[in-house]
Amino acid sequence: MIKLSRLLTGSALIASIFMSTALFAQEPVKGGTLVIGSTQKPRHLNPAVQSGIATAVPGAQIFATPLRFDAEWNPQPYLAESWKVSDDGKSITLQLRAGAKFHDGKPITSRDVAFSVKTVKENHPFKTMFAPVSSVDTPDDLTAIINFESAHPAALLAMSSALLPILPEHIYGDGQDPKSHPANNNTVGSGPFMLSEFKPGEHIILKKNPDYFIDGQPYLDRIIIKNYKDVTSLVLATDKGEVDMAPFMTSTRDLARLKKNDDLEITNKGYAAVGPVNWLAFNTKHDILKDKKVRQAIAYAIDRDFIVNALHGGFSSPVTGPIVSGSPFAAPDVNTYALDLDKANALLDEAGYPVGDDGTRFTLKLDYIPGFAEMQKTVAEYLRPQLKKAGINVELRASPDFPTWAKRVGGHDFDMSMDIVFNWGDPVIGVHRTYLCNNIRPGVIWSNTQSYCNEKVDALLEQAGVETDKAKRAEFYRQAQALIVDDAPLAFINELPYHTIYNKKVGNAPVTIWGTMAPLDDVYKAQ
Amino acid sequence: MLLLTVLRRLLYSAILVVAVLVLNFLLIHLAPGDPADVIAGEMGGATQEILDSIRKTYGLDQPLYVQLWVYLKNAATGDLGQSYFYNVPVLDLIISRTGATLLLVFTALGFAIVTGTFLGVLASYKPTGLISNLVTVLSVVGYAAPIFWTGIMLIILFASVLPIFPISNMYDVTKDVGPIGHVMDVLHHLVLPAFTLGIVYLAQYSRLTRASMLEILGSDYIRTARAKGVSERQIYARHALRNAILPIITIAGLQFGSIVSGAVLVETVFNWPGLGTLAFDSILARDYPTILGILFFSAVIVIMANLITDLLYRFADPRIGAQK
Repeated sequence: MIKLSRLLTGSALIASIFMSTALFAQEPVKGGTLVIGSTQKPRHLNPAVQSGIATAVPGAQIFATPLRFDAEWNPQPYLAESWKVSDDGKSITLQLRAGAKFHDGKPITSRDVAFSVKTVKENHPFKTMFAPVSSVDTPDDLTAIINFESAHPAALLAMSSALLPILPEHIYGDGQDPKSHPANNNTVGSGPFMLSEFKPGEHIILKKNPDYFIDGQPYLDRIIIKNYKDVTSLVLATDKGEVDMAPFMTSTRDLARLKKNDDLEITNKGYAAVGPVNWLAFNTKHDILKDKKVRQAIAYAIDRDFIVNALHGGFSSPVTGPIVSGSPFAAPDVNTYALDLDKANALLDEAGYPVGDDGTRFTLKLDYIPGFAEMQKTVAEYLRPQLKKAGINVELRASPDFPTWAKRVGGHDFDMSMDIVFNWGDPVIGVHRTYLCNNIRPGVIWSNTQSYCNEKVDALLEQAGVETDKAKRAEFYRQAQALIVDDAPLAFINELPYHTIYNKKVGNAPVTIWGTMAPLDDVYKAQ
Repeated sequence: MLLLTVLRRLLYSAILVVAVLVLNFLLIHLAPGDPADVIAGEMGGATQEILDSIRKTYGLDQPLYVQLWVYLKNAATGDLGQSYFYNVPVLDLIISRTGATLLLVFTALGFAIVTGTFLGVLASYKPTGLISNLVTVLSVVGYAAPIFWTGIMLIILFASVLPIFPISNMYDVTKDVGPIGHVMDVLHHLVLPAFTLGIVYLAQYSRLTRASMLEILGSDYIRTARAKGVSERQIYARHALRNAILPIITIAGLQFGSIVSGAVLVETVFNWPGLGTLAFDSILARDYPTILGILFFSAVIVIMANLITDLLYRFADPRIGAQK
């Protein structure tokens, strides 16, 4: 009897292991529609002339890029089946797949690659991606050689996700301005999905590309990206099962709520390349804030643990420097400015700002981006009483909408401001811009709006930008970050808690460094 | 004579439309930040060259009076410009959204007039009775509750407690249901937004009908009709209601503008893809041509509605035409 029960238990155990293995090893299912919910409304669908999440998610489905990246930052073949970086790093040779076609049936050639590099170089807002490109050679239809004036290690990453969409020259090469080209709303690419319908502000319907250059993919028949007016309605729709996937969710209260839904999975993977940093920016030209000690004192007065655990419910994580922790160039050993109010007060005393009769040393205005309450307004509101502990009186200045805030901070009309800035994969693309002396450009948001300038930092960033040895490059970035963190033009607060919520029926959820900004050709939906 | 009146009204209307355009053009440019800032924001940053090129493309580098002049000149030829944000002709954008707004507004208005009048007449039967009191309470609540609040309450109710009506969008894009199924789907989605928009006006119209009916039912000609032995049904339907409905027509026509602006709120709450949602998004995006185009369009709609009200009024009360 005992034996029988053991046998039964053992069988049940084996059966359950077998079943769970079978579930994990489920064959991708072909067909079906994936509904992605989003509050981001794209202007158009051409990522060659428009960065940002809203265009990148559909853009990465419609347009193929030469390369793609896995979850460990390794480049993988995509439209280019192989690539070779020259020894001096000054050229990259791409070997394109034979037989790859655009959605209109025309073949993709190296001339389309050359045309796309030129278009992106001239029109994309991230100038640094292809600024060093001197020429693109096309010795034959399937070989493109991109030449650089100097070594440009960021180029490989800049050829992935939606950053270098291969445009059909026969459509975009008609002499019209690519930024306002009519084809931007009626796109023809070569990615796994083709545009079926684009209703601006409402939805995008993508259908399977039957001639996709990767055999057997994509698995899905359709992807529908539905626009929601705000996070609340998107969360309601996700909870009700109206959408299969909701990427870029940051609302921690909603994340906690959706976590309780048994039909849903929640992951924070898929955002390593985006690298979104929430920080407090200082106007270093301000009479008081020009003193490094004052800025450091403010950084010491902030309790990041309280922000990430209490204000963000444990969903976000502290960030200590310009480059996020998921990047190979992160520098975890910099000064973390752990909460130390005594040190903050001492630094302010040293800086010559004693506590006055009213208990304060001075008053500073604090701006924040409207519309991202938990990351911006809530943290700003927390900073007011918190900095008071160091004798700093903070006045919050609300902006009614984004353009108002952008005008103030872009125009350097601020003392301190909460801000969110993305790393965009390689530091050359998204990090250098905040710190380079020659990028102090009044009127341009997310340039060096802090007016920070340190020639040593400039030199290190410049060296890192052209260094082809990964370890040496990381060392340059480590040194630059140590200097930046010490100079404190910003107080680094937290990484944005971007999460993808998806139905458990969804298989192969996008978790590479670009998440949903990469082709969803291997994603499937169990029936 | 009628033609002359209509022509005169049309001329006034044209002047009004130009005034609306100029005023709005100046107002929208007072708001800080311009479309280039918004586009740069969407892009996650941009260089000075990109910002300059965006401003140049859309003529934003020109002095304001030049921009206004170019806009008015183009608008006169029916060219409302290109949306900065969506990168398509504004007219196409507006046309694609007008149907949704008109469907919402007319359904709400129809619901409010028919139900409001019916409830008003019902209440006037016994002015101190239970039904009358109920109608009064309903009116006060309906009138006092802000549209967005009613909308949000309905969303909460129908999202989780009683999930029988969709709470967002105009139709379910994920369903492939054929033309008749699509119409039914749209009507299903229309219930909550139309109810939310209509309830405020329903409250007003029921109050107005009740008061108007009570006044008319006490007048001499009704007493005469009763003395002649006309049935109560005839008195209510033919003699009293026909006169009592005049103020409803006037008010409904005059309120058309406010219903359209109410639709902006309702559309935003329910993500109804009409002109209201477009206007809301365009203001946030500083998409000047789209905002101006929508204002131009809604000004024309409101003016036309007032014109039609005038004509309807003449039809309902032949004395107005005869006086001229």
